[in-house]
Amino acid sequence: MSGRRHQDYLIVGVMAAIALFFLLPFVWILLTSLKPEAEVFSRSLWPSALQFDNYARLLDKMPFWQYLRNSVLITAISVLGVVLSSSLVGYAFGCIEWRGRNFLFYFVIATMMLPMQVTMIPIFVIFKELGWLNTFKPLTVPMFLGGGAFNIFLMRQFFMTVPASLLDAARIDGCSELGIWWRVVLPLARPALATVAILTFMFTWNDFLTPLIYLSDQAKGTLALGLGQLAGQQQPEWAVLMAASVLMMLPVIVLFFLFQKYFIQGFTMSGIKE
Amino acid sequence: MRALNKNTVWGYLFASPWIVGFLLFGLYPILVSFWYSLCQYDVLRIPQYIGLRNYRELLFEDHYFYTAVWNTLFYTLVRTPLVIVGSLLLAMLVSKAVRGVRLFRTIYFIPSIISGVILSVLWMWLLNPEYGLVNSTLQFFGLQGPLWLIDPRWSKPAIILMSVWSLGGGRMLVFLAAIQNVPKHFYEAVEMDGGGWWARFRHVTLPFISPVLFLWFIFEIIGSLQVFVEAYVMTKGGPLNSTLFYNLYLYNKAFDDFDMGYASALAWLLFILAGIITLIQFRVSRKWVYYSGGVGK
Repeated sequence: MSGRRHQDYLIVGVMAAIALFFLLPFVWILLTSLKPEAEVFSRSLWPSALQFDNYARLLDKMPFWQYLRNSVLITAISVLGVVLSSSLVGYAFGCIEWRGRNFLFYFVIATMMLPMQVTMIPIFVIFKELGWLNTFKPLTVPMFLGGGAFNIFLMRQFFMTVPASLLDAARIDGCSELGIWWRVVLPLARPALATVAILTFMFTWNDFLTPLIYLSDQAKGTLALGLGQLAGQQQPEWAVLMAASVLMMLPVIVLFFLFQKYFIQGFTMSGIKE
Repeated sequence: MRALNKNTVWGYLFASPWIVGFLLFGLYPILVSFWYSLCQYDVLRIPQYIGLRNYRELLFEDHYFYTAVWNTLFYTLVRTPLVIVGSLLLAMLVSKAVRGVRLFRTIYFIPSIISGVILSVLWMWLLNPEYGLVNSTLQFFGLQGPLWLIDPRWSKPAIILMSVWSLGGGRMLVFLAAIQNVPKHFYEAVEMDGGGWWARFRHVTLPFISPVLFLWFIFEIIGSLQVFVEAYVMTKGGPLNSTLFYNLYLYNKAFDDFDMGYASALAWLLFILAGIITLIQFRVSRKWVYYSGGVGK
């Protein structure tokens, strides 16, 4: 019995050591962002005085509020577009029997494996011809057109767990398909909607490449783009950069602790990190 | 028959957002991209057909192309096993029912919610050779840390280290779920035969989770081939082109040089490579899926 106990202590010890590997960077980054400028380039871990000067200086370094507004706007519209359209399309593939359904679903799956670089250049040309460069439209409009193969897949998987008898009962009661989608399936599918919404939020909030391609106008930039530019300067000011990173991470971390379950569901079902 | 038709109309109606999106931003761009790859095209003038010249130049004259391919292969081949084995070990560790294990799972997972540009900026500072946390820690143990992102020999390992930190916890949860699905009585059978932890892992855990393992192996490879933001933000492809990854090179060709034809040829070569990998996956996974379906359920 006591041998078993000792083994448990050993395991917890190993776990704690690994936890340091994952956690220490966060602590250190937070401390850097609170250090006085003179102490950033020193080996001492703990600042002599905690202060928020770097956060204030960040406001001079980049149009923070403008970028925040742009990021929030783009992210909000994207989440709305993806949740709406992927749930509609997921309903088509999960709840209705129709000719061509399986055939088209193969294409949905196939596009998951498509490297986005293949379509990137022609799509850029389309948006350029439409005169949409330096607007938010290239970032938001496509979100209303299906919402991405993975999200459709996730919605479909979830909708398929709704009993067919429930759908048929609603149909017999004279409910239209649109009515069933809205009044029967969506209320049941809240966990799936939340998972898709969270993944879309994460993806859009962090997205760097799309704004980089389409938003070259300073006033149109997003936080992710602004952070990347700030880091690309010749003599990066690390304390300010860490303050910017902390601010950008904050909503993600708050959301994580509020909706841990959906985060984990989303991550275990998707390869979305890349 | 009428009912079927009605369903079909509804089906297409509900699927129509995706159908429009697929035609406009999927199928059409794929075809046009191939056309561009046979052209000289700078976006300002109409594409000029030049046959296979872009491909010939890429394969036979462009040494940057091979640098990019080598960097990307190195990154993929080193990172993939590290992430898979690392997160599998983590998953096995946190599958033990000890006190506080849930807290540790959460802690390991947290870096997974940080990605892209934030992750890159954080690690530029963590890897700062003189004042960064990584080298400070190494020095605490009496080790002299390398110059990381400034040294062409260490720049790729630096980015790999970062991605192991940020991916490990997420993959761990995937593998943990798979490990927890293994029926307990199989372990008991091995124990009755006098097998230790290695026998349990080798003969029960590993066969059971191999489909999941294999699937994520493929995801990991496809994901690694696409590495872009890290290099764009952290190193701009340097030092000495040691982090000039495939997609960074493609981006530079397309949006710095506006050589869209050449960039499209690059994209198509990547497309073909990803296609081959996916095909292999389907062929091999057919065996795996059958296997797990036969034993598991």
